[in-house]
Amino acid sequence: MDVRAHVSMVFHLDKCIGCHTCSIACKNVWTDRPGAEYMWWNNVETKPGTGYPTLWEDQVEHRGGWRVTGGGKLELRSQSRAGGLLKLFYNPNQPGLDDYYEPWTYRYNDLFDAEAGDDQPTAVPVSQITGEEIDIEAGPNWDDDLSGSPVYAENDPNLEGLTEDERRALFDVESLAMMYLPRICNHCANPSCVASCPSGALYKRGEDGVVLVSQDRCRGWRACVVACPYKKVYFNWRTGKSEKCILCFPRLETGQPPACFHSCVGRIRYMGVVLYDADRLEEVAKAPTGTLVEAQRNLILDPRDPEVRARAARNGVPPEMIDAAGRSPVYRFVVEWGLALPLHPEFRTLPMLFYVPPLMPVMGRGGDGAYAHAGMEDDGNGTDELFAPIDKARLPLQYLARLFAAGNVEVVRQAMKRLVAVRYARRACDLDDVDPARVERVLREAGLTPSQADEIYRLTALATLEDRYVLPPLHREEALAGVCEPEMCRGSCGLGATEPPKRGS
Amino acid sequence: MAWIQDIFDPQERSWEDLYRNRWAYDKIVRSTHGVNCTGSCSWNIYVKQGIVTWELQALDYPRIAPDLPSYEPRGCQRGISYSWYIYSPLRVKYPYVRGVLLDRWREAREIHPDDPVAAWRSLVTDPEARRSWQRARGKGGLRRASWDEVHEILAAANLHTVQAHGSDRLVGFSPIPAMSMISYASGARFLQLMGGVCLSFYDWYCDLPPASPEIWGEQTDVGESADWYRSKLIAVVGSNVLATRTPDAHFLVEARHQGAKVVVFSPDFSQTSKVADEWVPLHQGQDGAFWMAVSHVLLQEYYVERPVPAFEDYLRTYTDAPFLVELEEVAAGPAGEGEARAYRPGKNLRAAQVAATRELENADWKLFVLDRSTGELRSPRGTVGHRWQAKKGEWNLEPVDGVTGEPYEAALTLDRHAEAVLPVVFPDFSEGADDQTAIRGVPVRRVETVDGPRWVTTSFELLLAQYGVRREPEGYGGARPEGEDWPRGYRDGHRPFTPAWQERFTGVSATVVERFARQWGTTAEKTGGRVMIILGAGANHWYHNNLIYRAAITSLILVGAVGKNGGGWNHYVGQEKLVPAASWAPIAFATDWGGPPRLQNAPSFHYMHSDQWRYDRAFREVCPVADADHPLARGHTADKQALAVRNGWLPCFPQLNRKNADVLADARLAGAETPEEVGCFIAREMREGRLKFAMEDPDDPTCWPRVWYIWRGNAIQASAKGHEYFLKHYLGTDHSLIAQEEGEGQVEEVAWHDRLDLEKNGGKMDLVVDLNFRMDTSALYSDIVLPAATYYEKDDLSSTDLHSFIHPLQKAVPPCWESKSDWQIFKEIARHTAELAQTHLPDPVEDLVMTPLLHDTPAEIAQPEVKDWARGECEPVPGKTMPNVALVTRDYKNLYRRFVSLGPQFRNNGLAVHGTGYAVDDVYDRYLENHPVERWGGGVYPSLEEDRWVCEAILHFAAETHGELAWRAFRSEAAKTGRDLDHLAADTRGVRYGFDDLIHEPRRVLTSPYWTGITRGDRTYAAFCQNVEELIPWRTLTGRQHLYLDHEAYRAFGEHLPTFKPRPDVHATRDLVRTGPDHRSLVLNYLTPHGKWHIHSTFGDNLRMETLSRGIEPIWINDRDAGLLGIRDNDWVEALNDHGVVVTRAVVSARIPRGLCFLYHATERTVGNPKTRLRTRNGQPRRAGAHNSLTRARLKPLFMIGGYAQFTYFFNYWGPPGVNRDTYVAVRKADKPPW
Repeated sequence: MDVRAHVSMVFHLDKCIGCHTCSIACKNVWTDRPGAEYMWWNNVETKPGTGYPTLWEDQVEHRGGWRVTGGGKLELRSQSRAGGLLKLFYNPNQPGLDDYYEPWTYRYNDLFDAEAGDDQPTAVPVSQITGEEIDIEAGPNWDDDLSGSPVYAENDPNLEGLTEDERRALFDVESLAMMYLPRICNHCANPSCVASCPSGALYKRGEDGVVLVSQDRCRGWRACVVACPYKKVYFNWRTGKSEKCILCFPRLETGQPPACFHSCVGRIRYMGVVLYDADRLEEVAKAPTGTLVEAQRNLILDPRDPEVRARAARNGVPPEMIDAAGRSPVYRFVVEWGLALPLHPEFRTLPMLFYVPPLMPVMGRGGDGAYAHAGMEDDGNGTDELFAPIDKARLPLQYLARLFAAGNVEVVRQAMKRLVAVRYARRACDLDDVDPARVERVLREAGLTPSQADEIYRLTALATLEDRYVLPPLHREEALAGVCEPEMCRGSCGLGATEPPKRGS
Repeated sequence: MAWIQDIFDPQERSWEDLYRNRWAYDKIVRSTHGVNCTGSCSWNIYVKQGIVTWELQALDYPRIAPDLPSYEPRGCQRGISYSWYIYSPLRVKYPYVRGVLLDRWREAREIHPDDPVAAWRSLVTDPEARRSWQRARGKGGLRRASWDEVHEILAAANLHTVQAHGSDRLVGFSPIPAMSMISYASGARFLQLMGGVCLSFYDWYCDLPPASPEIWGEQTDVGESADWYRSKLIAVVGSNVLATRTPDAHFLVEARHQGAKVVVFSPDFSQTSKVADEWVPLHQGQDGAFWMAVSHVLLQEYYVERPVPAFEDYLRTYTDAPFLVELEEVAAGPAGEGEARAYRPGKNLRAAQVAATRELENADWKLFVLDRSTGELRSPRGTVGHRWQAKKGEWNLEPVDGVTGEPYEAALTLDRHAEAVLPVVFPDFSEGADDQTAIRGVPVRRVETVDGPRWVTTSFELLLAQYGVRREPEGYGGARPEGEDWPRGYRDGHRPFTPAWQERFTGVSATVVERFARQWGTTAEKTGGRVMIILGAGANHWYHNNLIYRAAITSLILVGAVGKNGGGWNHYVGQEKLVPAASWAPIAFATDWGGPPRLQNAPSFHYMHSDQWRYDRAFREVCPVADADHPLARGHTADKQALAVRNGWLPCFPQLNRKNADVLADARLAGAETPEEVGCFIAREMREGRLKFAMEDPDDPTCWPRVWYIWRGNAIQASAKGHEYFLKHYLGTDHSLIAQEEGEGQVEEVAWHDRLDLEKNGGKMDLVVDLNFRMDTSALYSDIVLPAATYYEKDDLSSTDLHSFIHPLQKAVPPCWESKSDWQIFKEIARHTAELAQTHLPDPVEDLVMTPLLHDTPAEIAQPEVKDWARGECEPVPGKTMPNVALVTRDYKNLYRRFVSLGPQFRNNGLAVHGTGYAVDDVYDRYLENHPVERWGGGVYPSLEEDRWVCEAILHFAAETHGELAWRAFRSEAAKTGRDLDHLAADTRGVRYGFDDLIHEPRRVLTSPYWTGITRGDRTYAAFCQNVEELIPWRTLTGRQHLYLDHEAYRAFGEHLPTFKPRPDVHATRDLVRTGPDHRSLVLNYLTPHGKWHIHSTFGDNLRMETLSRGIEPIWINDRDAGLLGIRDNDWVEALNDHGVVVTRAVVSARIPRGLCFLYHATERTVGNPKTRLRTRNGQPRRAGAHNSLTRARLKPLFMIGGYAQFTYFFNYWGPPGVNRDTYVAVRKADKPPW
């Protein structure tokens, strides 16, 4: 057992309001500079939709992540068939400008500088790359709130496998659906970007698992851009190096959550330490598709198990980290409650960011020219549902399963049942308009005890900052000692280290 | 060997310092965003190397209660993009003047080297010169100028305007003050010291819901967002919480996880629908029909079939439901057929009508209920008559007789006390017409009045009948009238207001209504009223918004949900809540130096002065009424406006068609001394045709407003309903308006000028001045643009409805380039104007100020009946039958000194809100000892020189931030109500917050009588909790929540009871008369909801928001509608009507229902706005318009009444709002337009 600590994340999608505050927090702090305009280390997508970059989920096209070969070996999709070296120089799977967008701005100065004329001046859009006038045809969030779009939502790769009726329903105003999917780098336990780099510039930090592109070592091969199935590594056209989400490690190191977490107004984000067994990484990454979620859950170790703790300590995990793992909100959501699921586990990178799927309003139908809720009225069986029944939710479970469970519907259904059960249980605490026997039944069917329901509720709705982010500051003095005596370092911290990285060769 | 190698080696990782250094910063400063957005989020501004680099939310809100989610983090995608503006190319860095004006000015100054006022006069009295810069407005040629030069122009223009036209020709507009109250106060204070006019905002934006004054006598008061979490059933109506209440949305989402149910009513599948348990896609603007049907079910099931005692007690105690209403006799049916008698609801029975009580003080304003057990008349306490009587202490909701002091229980229904069931006529506007009615039997009882016997019934009996809920009076043995017409059950689709009836308006099945109503009633019953409605612009921006709101609020009142934590109405649009109002208002409106201020309701002002009335026809085309014979319910809106002004119902600035000083001089010559005598002189002059109110002849140049100051806002575009009318009639520049003037012959009292020679006379405004940090549309069209400090460059204060904290704005960096805070800019304008006044207006000037009858004053009982003194129906009595008249002395020489000194009236008069005051003289005197002061003219005053000192003064003297003063205010409220209220202020009496305290940590405001919620302990703020818990009356006729409105105008309009009027269609609104939609276009209802990427127009033009949206504000249309027009996603489209043209791109989605389109509020003409080939100039395409190019103001004259209890004017409280959703456009595909 090779016990490692990993800073891991949960996004509670039921709470996501699609505001994109996270995206701008990140942009302001990290990518607001030439060469990085189009980088959205954090972005938010409307689902169903095509996402950013366009159709990133389509690995037939993009060849990201891992696959299991016929011989049972795990290999990078991008470098199979011995093409690895060749693709260093020409990679047809490399996303191009069309997959992203051409960043633009406006000639704002014209508003001040226009000569007196016979019509009103306006600030014309121009490309940030060429400075020429531009027809804006794409952006980093082009299909925002665009469920029901025949151009975007309908081309969502995850709709495959839905029946014709299910698909059609999603494009009818009475029954269409949408949800939001915020995305950052998953800081995977089995990162294909790291494995793909010919220069060894990408690495996982030992102390917290953060995946970084060394701006010293990167040579701009861009193999990582292709290999990442989530398309979360970007090429900086100014510096000629790749860059990606750094999980705000300067903040992490000081016990603060990343800027996108800090700024999350929906309070959907959770961050904490998990302990996992690195010896089993390969085995889990090769698990049969339908069992990937379960396998990844099993990779995460019980932080209260003395054996685990002892081995972690032996591996050099600091005691604060081990303690934090014991209080980790991520462990609870992912392992204890089975509510949070990995995004596209079939990419087999073992993402360390997990999503709680969203509840959805009920379907409607237009009958006799008037809108009615489908199946909500007393249907004669006395089942007048207070909350939307899972199987009548607007987004078919099949769709959510494609996103979060490699197609395993049962895994999603279980999580959804628990979300609904908690609501019934909480309502019953306050008023008696739901039959207590019914509350008991939904809890039982969801496999929850009343006290578990209460804990889920507290962490979902009431959680304070301290509950959401359980992050011990790191022992930087020990890390620094390798390059500089901490005493010296204290005196010269920050001096001489502000030069931008040089352009790669 | 592990699969993936982790790297620890610090040598290999020393490059990581690159990102560590980016993260490093020098300073964090707490501030917030100061205009439009009412989020009032606390932010940390990061400063690095003296530059603002980014902002992140402050997370240190004190937690209100352990069982409540915390407020952190507050702040959205828009707010976090704000730092972009500071150093952006859109930033106004220097003063700018339109070049042609600057050239003319410099020439004039050469001719008048010693007299800037003469120079300005020479320009504005030369029509050609005046036209030269008017024509250039908006069309480039801005030139950088020095502060000195613009100060001189402004000082000269100010003084010339005062001398030539009177000070009330200076007008100013700035939006909702709450978010940067010192900045708002700057221009307002300057204008009021000058004698100028402040235009209202809340009603103009149509964010004022008239139903709130109607029902509660309250502008609006709502729960903070944390209170949502206390609810168990939340209906979201016309509000898109996830998109527009971003920092609050989590409470809604989290409430679901604690078992609350959320039902979203929205025509589109909105962002908020995503978190609904049920989404109800009812047709836009028809929400009222749904809620009428909900109340129908509630009355039937929770009052008639199974009465719920808690609901009945609630109605009895807190509403006018038991109050007696007199029935008037009318003929039934069309003339000639009606031999049978019928009745209609009349006025509330008054104490003055009954012998035993007719001698009571204010007997016209005291009312009756029926004692449930004895059937005797009882005169409840707490009415408006008790409020304004000499004896204090009887204005409360205690259930004791106001005359005898005996306790009683009021009867909701007559039952055994009924003496007859009479046929009563109820109008039915379902067809949008006047003539449909239903006869229903209503139990009545005879009362002997001094004028003989009268039939009376209760409001509640009328309410039951209005809703079509038939009930047999218990113990009544008599007959029912013939010809009654009641709904035959819920599925009767022909009679209002059944679940089936509403289907044709809402498109929603009756089953949805029934099920919802039962969950509503039952949840309220089981939780003690914890059901709530979150309401917004989607329901309020319609012509009949009051009816939509009243229908919904009635469903809340019927289940006892108002005034409960977790219950009630929560109206969130344009939140007006400036918490420390008592100390702020005297500073903002300069009443510390006298008064009254000149405060004008903007909807009336713009309707009349931007000449939109000229394009309007008689209002009944959009508004069916019950009694078209009543003079208030027929004719042209402009005529009603003229009547409202004469009768003192609404303000009128500019006041008269002559300069006030000249009128006053004539009055003096005629021997008038006192204000009353001057008022009578004015009335006489008017009757004899020698004098008019300015709004009676708005196109005569003697009535024009002349100089317009705009600050903190986008008055010419984002808030300009009828933007193109503004361009044409105010600015005198190019416009795309083709609407036909249709008012001629329809208007009787307002002067009609046959042809306005705009080319020669130009627009009305001599000068338009805009203070701005960004070049928005208003700045682009102004003559002078002044560089204003951003929100991170000034000190200020912010408060909101949505939470109970008060936040500072702070200077993170000094105002960049040549910018200054609004306070400093107006201070300097005041200084230069005062300096110039030393020679031009050195002596004090007496000014005549005419103000309307005001809410929260005894004028609430001024006009029991509508009478027009101008027609001889009554005597003109200032402050009673006509406006108040006051004489005010302007001291222009000391204008600057007054501006920076907190004047003596502040100390001497005490501070008050809603007529409840507290003394501050001792606090003021002590304040002088340890704060900066101004000494001049023998006096010493607290200094207001610096922005922060103004903040400090406001905090120090406000009840909500100074516990001793809250204590005093409650003492004062206790004296009025006779209720012991000490417990609300006792435990915070020693608390006081200064500016530094707010910087240190967000502070929760204290409970005060000026706001109806309670913030003590761990309570969330919910509106009207004080009323319910402390038995404090609402500020209405009965002192209770009103279901029935007995004013004759309401009866004539048929809106005396909650009802439904369908939204006007395109034929009624006449938006497309000349545009002539063709086969290439579709006519769509044009909606401008609040959007995701801007707060009004702010933020929408910054690169962050442009990038995350589509680089343009597109029009959203349904995919099938788009298919008909051949429009694909991102195609160019044109939207046009008679008012103007918009050219933009399309977003095509099934998320939008058919028959309507969205253009999210608010767009700018400044960024990426192309030209249009549809409205050309010399054959050339011309710059297309923005969202308000397609709208115009349309006022509902019902809201113009005054001098009658809650229907008495106050700034931003009462008056017709500027509705905008009853608008239609033709949409069609366009070729790529030229830039």
